[in-house]
Amino acid sequence: MQTSNLFNWQPDRSKFPEQLADGSFKVDLDSGKYVKVWHGPNHPGVTGNMSLELTLCGDEVVDAKTHVGYLHRGFEKLFERRKFIQCFPTVIRMCVAEPDSNEYNYAAAIEELSGIKIPEAAKWLRMLALEMSRLQMLLRIVPGQGGTTGLGIGVQWGIYLRDLILDRFEELTGGRIYHMYMLPGGVRGLLPDGFRKRMEENLKEIDEFVQRIDRVQYQNAVFKKRTKNIAVIPPEWIDQYGITGPNARSAGFKRDVRKDYPYLNYDQLDFEVNTENYSDIYNRSRLRWRDLQQTVDLIRQILDRIPTQGDFKAKTPNVLHWKIEKGETYIRSESSRGEYGYYVVSDGSEYPRRINLRGPSYVHAVSLLEQLLKGANIADVGAIMVSVQSCPPEIER
Amino acid sequence: MNTTIKETLTNLESRFEITDIKEQRNNLVFVTTKKEQIIPLLTHMRDNEGFTYFVLLSVVDWIEDGVFQLSYILNNPEKHVDIVFRCMIERENASMESAHHLWKQIATYQRELYEMYGIDFPGSPRVHESFILEGWDDIPPMRREFDTKKYSEETYFPRPGRESKDPKEHMKNKLYPDADK
Repeated sequence: MQTSNLFNWQPDRSKFPEQLADGSFKVDLDSGKYVKVWHGPNHPGVTGNMSLELTLCGDEVVDAKTHVGYLHRGFEKLFERRKFIQCFPTVIRMCVAEPDSNEYNYAAAIEELSGIKIPEAAKWLRMLALEMSRLQMLLRIVPGQGGTTGLGIGVQWGIYLRDLILDRFEELTGGRIYHMYMLPGGVRGLLPDGFRKRMEENLKEIDEFVQRIDRVQYQNAVFKKRTKNIAVIPPEWIDQYGITGPNARSAGFKRDVRKDYPYLNYDQLDFEVNTENYSDIYNRSRLRWRDLQQTVDLIRQILDRIPTQGDFKAKTPNVLHWKIEKGETYIRSESSRGEYGYYVVSDGSEYPRRINLRGPSYVHAVSLLEQLLKGANIADVGAIMVSVQSCPPEIER
Repeated sequence: MNTTIKETLTNLESRFEITDIKEQRNNLVFVTTKKEQIIPLLTHMRDNEGFTYFVLLSVVDWIEDGVFQLSYILNNPEKHVDIVFRCMIERENASMESAHHLWKQIATYQRELYEMYGIDFPGSPRVHESFILEGWDDIPPMRREFDTKKYSEETYFPRPGRESKDPKEHMKNKLYPDADK
């Protein structure tokens, strides 16, 4: 029986992939040296559906293209025919995994354009909802990084704890995933009785999880081997690509919208911006783990200071006949993935002229990811996708 | 107005043709200019004024005036201020000089704007490759003349036996059947 040469075959890297003067690779699919693989659209690498068109040479990725469109629902088009308040159920669906940043940005844009000041209690309650939202997202993404390298147990712990936070969301807002809590002018209600105590019990469980995941994931030799020195983002890329959030902070950039452009009452909280000095998969994930601890601490600080009574919503005109003054603004907030922005334009009518979302994934999952994947091993693609924390719905809106 | 923005605007007014300045917030200003000025302006802002972070490229369709408004949002990460550069371009055969050489992510924005609004950015990488819509053969859907209701009525079919009622009339008949008597 003849043994296949395939078992002894080694690629001759001196001849291919042939690199051109501009740094790109010359890829001739008919040569038989390359193969195209569609990675996705359904896979555990991202929250949502997104596909990667990979060109492989052996097990090495020589070219990658991001394909989106599997979740396109035409939200920004639909806004043209909806009154400002009618857009609310739609804006929150722009990012399923962390919808509260959408609520805040959209409400804040309307308030700024119509000159509404929100009550003090509403500011604290909004911060609570935003930090809870960040917490439940981090509870998915921190152990999720381990999941991409075959470490499944952390994911189970994270999903359980995230569910506890969703219980608190249900208690506070009535909804588990989509809350519609921050309406223009304030929020929909004060803290329920006993909320602080129940939240504190959940936070204690999360404290334990933080220690456990450190031992199981970050001290794990296999995890380290699979994530250190892989998919490194050089510092010079940060501004060239417009990278924000943990991806930029792990490269040493001390940038956080909550500190740099303080909104609500973030300037009254005591916290430092977490940074690392080398943005590989391990450090990006480790930074999110530190963010998780920080978020728990911020929620405790906020709960200590939330007013239990008083106004929680400013007076607004009848929302069904509310004409927003002509003008435009850009509102940003810090989501768990980075800068989250809303560009809102009003023409003075009851309908928005333009609402444009600037989600961090627009940069991280398209131009950055395509670049990061070049030269990567096919086995690392899932880990790299999770490490930039892509959320496709905010790319296609 | 923030002192950084003030100094930047003074520099800009002496070098470029600025037609309008509007302060929205202490750290956010909208500057209107001509379309020919945009690329030199962006280059100057990035290289000389510290506005190294490109935030967003967006379009507003002013169909009644026959123009698209292009908005380039730039940020100075050291001074924490934003300047939005706006310019108007004709809706008919809309085309704009590409800025992909200035920031890497701009090519993606331009690709999306070509697909959604039909604005061409000659020279921008992969600008004519479909981004979100695959096999789309209608007019670019984000243009205001594209009627979503008409499109769905022509493209999709109602399920046989399904009744459609005007919500206002239906609820009136259900709750207050004698109101008009």
